[in-house]
Amino acid sequence: MTKSILKLKDISKSFSGVEVLHRVSFDLQPGEVHALLGENGAGKSTLVKVITGYHQPDHGDIYLDDALVQFVDTRDSRQAGIAAIYQELSLFPDLDVAENIFVGRHPQSFGLKVDWRKLYDEAHELLDSLGVTIDLKQKARHLSIAQQQIVEIARAFSINARILIMDEPTSSLTLSEVAELFALVNNLRENGTAIIFISHRLEELFEIADRVTVLRDGNYIATTKSKETSRDDLLRKMVGRTISSQYPKTEAPLGEVVLQVDQLTSEGLFTDISFEVKSGEILGMAGLVGAGRTNVAESIFGIRPATSGKILINGLEVSINSPQQAIGLGLAYVPEDRQQHGLIPAMQITPNISLPKLDDFAKYTWILNKKEKKFAYSAALQMEVRARSIWQLAKELSGGNQQKVVLAKWLSTHPRILILDEPTRGIDVGTKAAVHKLMSDLAADGLAILMISSELPEVIGMSDRIIVMREGFITGHFMRSEATQENVINAATKDVRIENLS
Amino acid sequence: MTTQISRRTTPRINVWDLLARFREVGIIVFILLLGAVVTLRAPSFLTVNNFRDILMNISILAIVALGQTIVILTKGIDLSVSSMIGLVAMMVGFVMRQYPETPIFLIVLLGMALGTIAGSFNSIIITFGKVPPIIATLGTLSVYRGLVFFYSGGTWVNSFELPQSIKMLSKGRLFGVPNLILIALFISIIVYLFLKFTRTGRNIYAVGSNVEAAEYAGIRPQRIIFLVYLISGLLSGIGAVLWVSRFESAQTNTALGFELQTVTAAVIGGVSISGGVGTVTGVVLGAILLGIIQNALTLVRISPFWQLAAQGLLILIAVVLDKVIYTRVARN
Amino acid sequence: MTVETINKNQQENIISDRQARKSFFSIFLKWEWLLFVLILLVIFINTRLSPFFLNAINLSRTSSDFMEIGLMMLPMVLIIVTGNIDLSVASNMGMSASLMGLMHNMGINIWLAALAGLTLGTLGGVLNGYLVAYVKLPSLVVTLGTFAFFRGIAFGFLGDQAARNYPSQFTFIGQGRVFDTLIPFSVVLFIALALIFGLVLHRTIIGRQLYAIGNNEPAAKYSGVPVEKIKFILFIVSGFISALAGLVLAARFGSTRPDNGTGLELAVITAAVLGGLDINGGKGSMYGATLALVLIGLLRFGMGLLNIQSQVQSMVIGLLLIVSILVPHIGQQIRFLKQVKFRWQSILMTVGLLVVFTAFFIFFFWSRAPIIAQF
Ligand SMILES: Nc1ncnc2c1ncn2[C@@H]1O[C@H](COP(=O)(O)OP(=O)(O)OP(=O)(O)O)[C@@H](O)[C@H]1O
Ligand SMILES: [Mg+2]
Repeated sequence: MTKSILKLKDISKSFSGVEVLHRVSFDLQPGEVHALLGENGAGKSTLVKVITGYHQPDHGDIYLDDALVQFVDTRDSRQAGIAAIYQELSLFPDLDVAENIFVGRHPQSFGLKVDWRKLYDEAHELLDSLGVTIDLKQKARHLSIAQQQIVEIARAFSINARILIMDEPTSSLTLSEVAELFALVNNLRENGTAIIFISHRLEELFEIADRVTVLRDGNYIATTKSKETSRDDLLRKMVGRTISSQYPKTEAPLGEVVLQVDQLTSEGLFTDISFEVKSGEILGMAGLVGAGRTNVAESIFGIRPATSGKILINGLEVSINSPQQAIGLGLAYVPEDRQQHGLIPAMQITPNISLPKLDDFAKYTWILNKKEKKFAYSAALQMEVRARSIWQLAKELSGGNQQKVVLAKWLSTHPRILILDEPTRGIDVGTKAAVHKLMSDLAADGLAILMISSELPEVIGMSDRIIVMREGFITGHFMRSEATQENVINAATKDVRIENLS
Repeated sequence: MTTQISRRTTPRINVWDLLARFREVGIIVFILLLGAVVTLRAPSFLTVNNFRDILMNISILAIVALGQTIVILTKGIDLSVSSMIGLVAMMVGFVMRQYPETPIFLIVLLGMALGTIAGSFNSIIITFGKVPPIIATLGTLSVYRGLVFFYSGGTWVNSFELPQSIKMLSKGRLFGVPNLILIALFISIIVYLFLKFTRTGRNIYAVGSNVEAAEYAGIRPQRIIFLVYLISGLLSGIGAVLWVSRFESAQTNTALGFELQTVTAAVIGGVSISGGVGTVTGVVLGAILLGIIQNALTLVRISPFWQLAAQGLLILIAVVLDKVIYTRVARN
Repeated sequence: MTVETINKNQQENIISDRQARKSFFSIFLKWEWLLFVLILLVIFINTRLSPFFLNAINLSRTSSDFMEIGLMMLPMVLIIVTGNIDLSVASNMGMSASLMGLMHNMGINIWLAALAGLTLGTLGGVLNGYLVAYVKLPSLVVTLGTFAFFRGIAFGFLGDQAARNYPSQFTFIGQGRVFDTLIPFSVVLFIALALIFGLVLHRTIIGRQLYAIGNNEPAAKYSGVPVEKIKFILFIVSGFISALAGLVLAARFGSTRPDNGTGLELAVITAAVLGGLDINGGKGSMYGATLALVLIGLLRFGMGLLNIQSQVQSMVIGLLLIVSILVPHIGQQIRFLKQVKFRWQSILMTVGLLVVFTAFFIFFFWSRAPIIAQF
């Protein structure tokens, strides 16, 4: 057995009296990719933050190269050669992409003056090696979630750390970006870097990880070599039961066209988008990062109304200029960015869930607390939100549970049309199956569902029909029977400009 | 759109992009417009003498507004600058009355030291005491002003009690340009270099943009925040000495209400109240715009009773215009 | 609790609908209670220091002194909860009162003039609200501009004149008492409005939406909260109430000058913040703000009885403001310090700062010596 570079021993951590890590041990060797696996709220992110010194463990020791260390803050751990990408994206919205990569470590000339040219050159190289082109002078404020994730990855790679920690770096990336990322990870691994990798996509673990450590409810369960284990085995360790079918889309009878979008255009964002969704149908929207899918969804929901084109609901043309109107018309939109748009992190679960439909719990604008509480409780139960109580602050929940609160909040408005933007982003396998089942049931109940997802298996498995977007245009349209990974990817990477010219 | 990740395509560069990156378009347009209108009514506006007057009038404002800017960049605000100026001016005035022979550079150093100390008191309350900046400095605004009263017992230092050396500090000229303007220019350049070309300067932007992320990135936000209030105090200290020099007195109400002017100059200059955005050029232009407005209103003979209203209105128009132009530019 | 029970709880019942039990004493650690205790303390000390403190007539007069601040504070609390601020309230009040004064001087009926003042103030609020909600400028920036603009208009209206000789029906608003008791009419007005504002903030949909906006504006918008409309209305209400406060002030003084109420915006914000409102929005209550108002009022009244200069009074309030926020954090700071490894730098820095501050105070008193000698 080789010497480990990082070793955790009996780490425990509680938040306000509730233990979220219980005597967890873990070891990491140079030149390995070590995956952490566990349900939402199992304590993976907390463990990561303990390693980087963001949280202090209540109990237990951390050894770096067999020497006992104590990190007071993240700066300490960085000096010790540990770099991390946290689950909560942490870019500087007002700084440009290049500077975001080098914040705190700007290259200097004469040990004094920031060398801007060098900074841009190096940033360019880094993004190139990740296989993406992002305008280096773009302010991070204007980046999509996926672009932000890429910048974070670039930042982590630029540090040349001995230990690289990535907490769900791929949750909004598509296949091709993930492939490029893994190529880089392989490089690092060969150079002896130790990598901790967290993802809820099991296929990724099998592809990249050497070993997998499973956590359940804050307890250490097992560490196995990924070659010597199987999907079912991991799932059993993770949830203590087996999970059967993953994409339980049942055929539902299709009804009338509920939502019809006709030549919707928003200058600079998307052009001539037309599609329709019937009641009982799930329409999948695939595409690469930055294809403009979220923009379409947001304009349908009235957040940024389109400049031209028509939206018809139940055959009647409507104009939607604000989310209130959209909600009134029976639409619901689960946004991509739960921290910024989905949740109010500093508020409790209950008011978060009741916010879109406060009218239902009020008499003459007077809020009826009992009614609200009862409602929020049943909504949270239905979505299996794991938390101490519905009065816990949303920001204290684990990432996946936050996503469940957002889902609970929108489903409880009883919409007729549901738009889901990356609905299972950051959700663990068990819950994901539950969400998929829920979607299926909702469709069967006659809802029209528009689902945007970057995960191809999910799109292909769950949708009745699929439309593919690229750079603001629709470039493909497939029935469930004809959709394969290949032709969807082809459509997603087809060059629209040439096509439009001819 | 260049905002999307597009594979293997080079981002297009166009005029709008360049304009969008040059944040100060809005204010320059407004200055030119205002200048044109005023020149039509009062040709004496476009004279060297008049511009020297304008610059003299805004030099101190520009210096202190730069300190204010550095603070606002971190999402903070320093409302106590006016009282710091009042306090330092009074103390410096007392020293000079008592010891008129003191060399001027010692006086300047004294002012800088006193200002820094006052500023560091703000820093301590804000970083160690975790008091939100607007509250901490709202408190010290009245505390420092109270100290001025306590210190002076309500008395003033008058022009005839001050030595010639201090008066020459601002009125002396180099190549025909008043020292005061040169000092302001010098300080602006230093602050520009600091913010643009030092790690600390960049870290100030980072902290203002996202504190949590800054912490993740290994910056110690508390240190940066400590520093910015210190700098604001330092620049207020310099401002105080120049104030005594230019107005040849130190009074209990010196610089009363000046804090809002510094914030106004910063804000007109495109500094974002929510942190992370702002440039030295913008702020200096903001201060100049304020100076031009004041000057122009007198030149075109607006009734003194209506001048304040006109000033307020023009400030409003400036920020609205800036916003409209900037969003237009950003959209294209 | 042990781990086993938690795990069991989670399996049986993944989430509970009960509020976490708080210990009996933690209820009293709430900011509002602290303010309450401070108020009692101030009353106690002041009655010891001055026999005139508990005089009903004095108290009645002094309470009406604070009603303009109190009135303007009500919408300000709502605005601060949404994470915005209105710096123009005192200028607006000067502007509206000046218009009324001007019209009164021209011989127009006082109620008509008052109505005109209220309308103008409301229009001022419309301007603020439009720029903040629809042009999307930061409220601090907008109201910094209208702060100068409105005050300027007040000077434009009255110049160096004053308006005087208001009829007694009108001055009743500021000076009168209800039903021959000692309770000033303006206090009744304030209490009524405070109740309404408090209930709106804490019990209604709009109140909930205000907190949502203050905590995360984009998310509130995505959840169908009419963010723009709410902000617009808030600033209009603030304009109207500021104008109303302007009338009350004019009625109390029996005259109007264009600089009436200069600087009151800071007093209003001080009261709100001392009351526990988070200036960044999303936190705080109406009770707290009202208690803080009472506290400031009693403090100023007490110091006034002791003939303390008004600048020094402000200094005390300023200190109180800082200390009030500082104290609750001290425990946290100490716990934090315990965790930190003692580095020589931090020790050096602390010592350095102490030396510097000592030097400063020595210099302060030394350079001031001639003054002391003079007296
Ligand atoms: N700051 C905090 N205060 C209180 N509780 C917290 C805090 N941070 C995390 N928790 C709790 O700790 C538990 C573990 O959270 P953690 O974020 O580590 O889960 P995770 O395994 O990363 O889940 P996910 O897959 O959803 O990201 C959760 O129950 C969460 O509610
Ligand atoms: Mg996590």
